[in-house]
Amino acid sequence: MAWSAGKTLFLIFLVVLPMVSYTVYAERRVSALIQDRIGPNRTGFPISLLGFKKDISPILGGLGQPIADAVKFLLKEDFVPAHVNKPYFWLAPCLAMIPAIVTLSAIPFGSELFGTKLVVADINVGLLFMFAISSVSVYGIVLAGWSSNSKYPFLGGIRSSSQMISYELGMGLSAVPVLLICSTTSLTKIVDYQVANGWLLAPFMNGSLSFPEVLLWIPAFIAFVTFTISMFAETNRLPFDLPESETELVAGYHTEYSSMKFALFFLGEYTAMIAGSALTVVLFFGGWHIPFLPTGAQHWFWGLCSIAAFFAKVAALLFIFIWVRWTLPRFRFDQLMRIGWYYLFEIALVNIFLTAGILAFVK
Amino acid sequence: MAYTVPRPKLTFAEKIYLPSIIAGLAITFKHLKRMLAGQTKVAMQYPEEKWDKNLPEHYRGAPTLVMDEHGRERCVACQLCEFICPPRAITIIPGELPAESKFAKVEKYPEEFEIDMIRCIYCGLCEEVCPEQAIFLRKDYAITGTSRAEMVNDKKKLYELGGVMDGLVNKWNPLK
Repeated sequence: MAWSAGKTLFLIFLVVLPMVSYTVYAERRVSALIQDRIGPNRTGFPISLLGFKKDISPILGGLGQPIADAVKFLLKEDFVPAHVNKPYFWLAPCLAMIPAIVTLSAIPFGSELFGTKLVVADINVGLLFMFAISSVSVYGIVLAGWSSNSKYPFLGGIRSSSQMISYELGMGLSAVPVLLICSTTSLTKIVDYQVANGWLLAPFMNGSLSFPEVLLWIPAFIAFVTFTISMFAETNRLPFDLPESETELVAGYHTEYSSMKFALFFLGEYTAMIAGSALTVVLFFGGWHIPFLPTGAQHWFWGLCSIAAFFAKVAALLFIFIWVRWTLPRFRFDQLMRIGWYYLFEIALVNIFLTAGILAFVK
Repeated sequence: MAYTVPRPKLTFAEKIYLPSIIAGLAITFKHLKRMLAGQTKVAMQYPEEKWDKNLPEHYRGAPTLVMDEHGRERCVACQLCEFICPPRAITIIPGELPAESKFAKVEKYPEEFEIDMIRCIYCGLCEEVCPEQAIFLRKDYAITGTSRAEMVNDKKKLYELGGVMDGLVNKWNPLK
């Protein structure tokens, strides 16, 4: 009990929330660098207020920005327009943030520490749980769009619901090959399989490479590509950010929101991004596994290393999220629907049969 | 008659779109890498890095009064600059030189000389019109204050900013 509460607190307050705010910071810095700008590099930590001699701003410049942003969001006026449907208007930001955090509970974020598995809820249907909860987050957006009682949020909400439902299919189906290969839906067992047999996308990571592994690499790669694309759409990231496309819909579903309510949508989006990256890492990049090193079962030091490895992989994927965002323009809505229904869905479906065929052939 | 715009024929690589994405990612990564390596020229980081060294010779900053090499004020309070100033930023109160001075009854001197930096438009006409080469536009550009009164440069401040302009001064600076 104490352990699981400790793990939850560690995961949410020491890892995820700082990670969310620093992902926002990274987004701003990386976008600036990609666009030949510098980005926020001024806000340091005013430690001279605490009695230190000098602020450490020049080198760590900008690292105080997320804290300043949070303070700004908390202190801003929380304005609720008169025309909104108040109960749902208040419910929507919570529904945007909570599912994103809850999905993280099933993620194994490390191997073992002092004999405890580093996962908040080790459920045997972890993957299904992730899909189920992450699709709840669409309600946050739909409710926000509807209860705002205003045209642009409404359009954003509609777009979001149709987009999320379309890409949910592609995402679910593209994860099926992983289930076939690992023959389990428990996320911890999927990681255990990859520790024993090599990562799905890098089968040589356990030190050996066999012919079936090479064959299975092909469907795993296809699954990875389709899964990542649907993940982009699920988390409303560019090139699929139609629910909040600024150029068309002012700000999309959160147009009428201000202050911390707006910030909750913002945080929810980034938490969903982290949850998505974490799931991708678990499914395709061996979770917390560091190749050729002992796991946390041997020594607590390796347990800490596995946590670090997991979040390093997540950070790398987050960088790819940001990188793609500042490269690609937004899709048109009919293009988005066509990609989802005509291509991703079919490719994922065919990939299942391909995987099953290969598995029947090699086993 | 309707004209049908011919659509470009896409190759297979363009149709599946992924190669173009990779190409785009490569381009943005190149920019990222060049920024990180410091190969991209970026805007001046203002408070750390100032304009002072980078200003051109003909820059027109704050108008100031200058002294000659003997520390005498050049201004004779003829008020030409006051009259030509388009926004009427300059106010001069001329005064008589004391009787013991060599130039008493010949020249005047400014008792007060004020330039209102809120009004000044940095046109440089005062510098052009000055027959005594006493007023010059220097390179001060960050002119700030917390009140209107603070923004008015009095005579003392103007000499402080201007300093000494010795030797033969080119009246008609070809650069200006």
